[in-house]
Amino acid sequence: MTGIEKDSEHVPDPAGAAEGLDARLVVDRGSFHLDVALAAAPGDVVALLGPNGAGKTTALRALAGLTPLSTGHLRLDGVDLRRTPPESRPVGVVFQDYLLFPHLTALDNVAFGPRCRGAGRTEARARAAEWLDRMGLAEHADAKPRRLSGGQSQRVALARALATHPRLLLLDEPLAALDARTRLEVRARLRRHLAAFEAVAVLVTHDPLDAMVLADRLVVVERGRIVQEGTPSDIARHPRTEYIAQLVGLNLYRGQAEGHTVRLDAGPAVSTTEDLSGPAFVAFPPDAVTLYRERPAGSSARNLWRCEVAGLETHGNRIRAELTGELALAADLTAVAAAELDLRPGAPAWAAVKATQTHAYPA
Amino acid sequence: MTTGREAPRKARLRAPGRGVPLALLVPALLGLAFLLVPLIALLLRAPWRSLPEQLTSPEVWDALRLSLLCATTATALSLVAGVPLAWLLARTDFPGRGLVRALVTLPLVLPPVVGGVALLLALGRNGVVGQWLDAWFGVTLPFTTTGVVLAETFVAMPFLVISVEGTLRAADPRYEEAAATLGASRSTAFRRVTLPLIAPGIAAGAVLAWARALGEFGATITFAGSFPGRTQTMPLAVYLALQNDPAAAIALSLVLLAVSIAVLAGLRDRWMTAS
Repeated sequence: MTGIEKDSEHVPDPAGAAEGLDARLVVDRGSFHLDVALAAAPGDVVALLGPNGAGKTTALRALAGLTPLSTGHLRLDGVDLRRTPPESRPVGVVFQDYLLFPHLTALDNVAFGPRCRGAGRTEARARAAEWLDRMGLAEHADAKPRRLSGGQSQRVALARALATHPRLLLLDEPLAALDARTRLEVRARLRRHLAAFEAVAVLVTHDPLDAMVLADRLVVVERGRIVQEGTPSDIARHPRTEYIAQLVGLNLYRGQAEGHTVRLDAGPAVSTTEDLSGPAFVAFPPDAVTLYRERPAGSSARNLWRCEVAGLETHGNRIRAELTGELALAADLTAVAAAELDLRPGAPAWAAVKATQTHAYPA
Repeated sequence: MTTGREAPRKARLRAPGRGVPLALLVPALLGLAFLLVPLIALLLRAPWRSLPEQLTSPEVWDALRLSLLCATTATALSLVAGVPLAWLLARTDFPGRGLVRALVTLPLVLPPVVGGVALLLALGRNGVVGQWLDAWFGVTLPFTTTGVVLAETFVAMPFLVISVEGTLRAADPRYEEAAATLGASRSTAFRRVTLPLIAPGIAAGAVLAWARALGEFGATITFAGSFPGRTQTMPLAVYLALQNDPAAAIALSLVLLAVSIAVLAGLRDRWMTAS
């Protein structure tokens, strides 16, 4: 997977600017410690990407004021929000399961925010109707949430969050509650709405595809800390942890580079085309690996390791082989090739990767 | 397994040798009879012929009117104070919350007569609070209709609090968080989101409290006495009638039975289908 190419590679630097979000979220809760710094300019869409339990949702709750900060800072458009209760923050939240009020119609759900922020009943309902119309839900205005499909509920939740004109929009796993078919459509629609949103949007997801489609910038969080941030394409090309490499489907190793060779911490060396020195990462995609039953005699590949098949699983229309041995790696091959090689768990195999198929970059 | 085999389904209807053992069946039927026979007796011995006359007598109407008025007022008081109290117990954390909860439930298990005595010591003319009410406002509570309402509230409110607290605990608190992120203060969130969500639980608690207040005897007679038209509610009227006019007592009892059955019918979705 190469991710979605974005033409702008710039990472905004709002540290000096008053506009936008500037936060360092520290939440201490017994054994769990979250420490995440986030900065974004108006118009930015930032995705917090990470495995379950990484602290993404805690970070989102801290931004919304639902979880208190242990320490750190939180400024939105130059205003310190640390002491501001959630109801007074200019923040809109789309919750994972939407939390539409079941006793109110779609229209009254969306009108709830404007009402609470001082609009009269008629004005609030007019504004809500406008938002529902913008979401293509005008004919569902009088429907109770239980009558709405997953995709419709998601749009009502988005309309409800946007109807208060937040300066920070938070989305917690906005697509997780949807089935695969709806997801595709809702994702495209959400992307359009986020692109049109003029303030800061922060979304939390464990799905790299959602993150890469929806966000301009990814912040990868593991065990309460940021392990990498950058544009989707940057992260897809240069993963810096095992988790991200797996997400984007790459074999990733860390080692010491010396010219065209990286000596891996895990043992063997990998020949690369890049000329580097010092700590480095080497990555190659699973379909760059060629497997042999016997040691190949005439192979031009300089990277050749003796391995053993640990497991096999189908991966789309390919077979993915997990190998252990001199080097642990994942290899993709066709079902025919897998059959011809007679690959079974426990079977020995030689894995070869051409230097031109690897990619090395400083750690 | 999705293979449609019929055998296990039939077996589930009546597995061989899995009938109800006698050791359980006999006491179960005895218990059922024990609960039903008195009610049947009430129906069998009811003075059906003179019933219209009995029920239209002014004494009966006075007692019934007073009972309904006091039980309904007591329920209203329980709602006004009990729902916020339930919210406090379910949604906030303060030191001694467990103790407060235990104290709230105490009137559930306390003999009502003891409750009546306690009310007298608190709100009686010389009571801890009552003496000031008397001295400052000239308000006397014991042996008044207000006294009946207070005695009924004392025994009925815990039913409401426990019912509403349970519903609140089962309700998703994140709806209140969602309301907060939309700009609702805690009280607005409670009024516009939580209250509608827990309305069925509040209704059930209110019916339960109302039924308890309607049947209240011990605390009422201790704190408010039994003055016809003023503090003599239906249960008190039944008890007194039984001594000199049993037919009237039966007629009054039938009215209370009818009210109880109506309450049960109203609650059937909540209580009778619960497995």
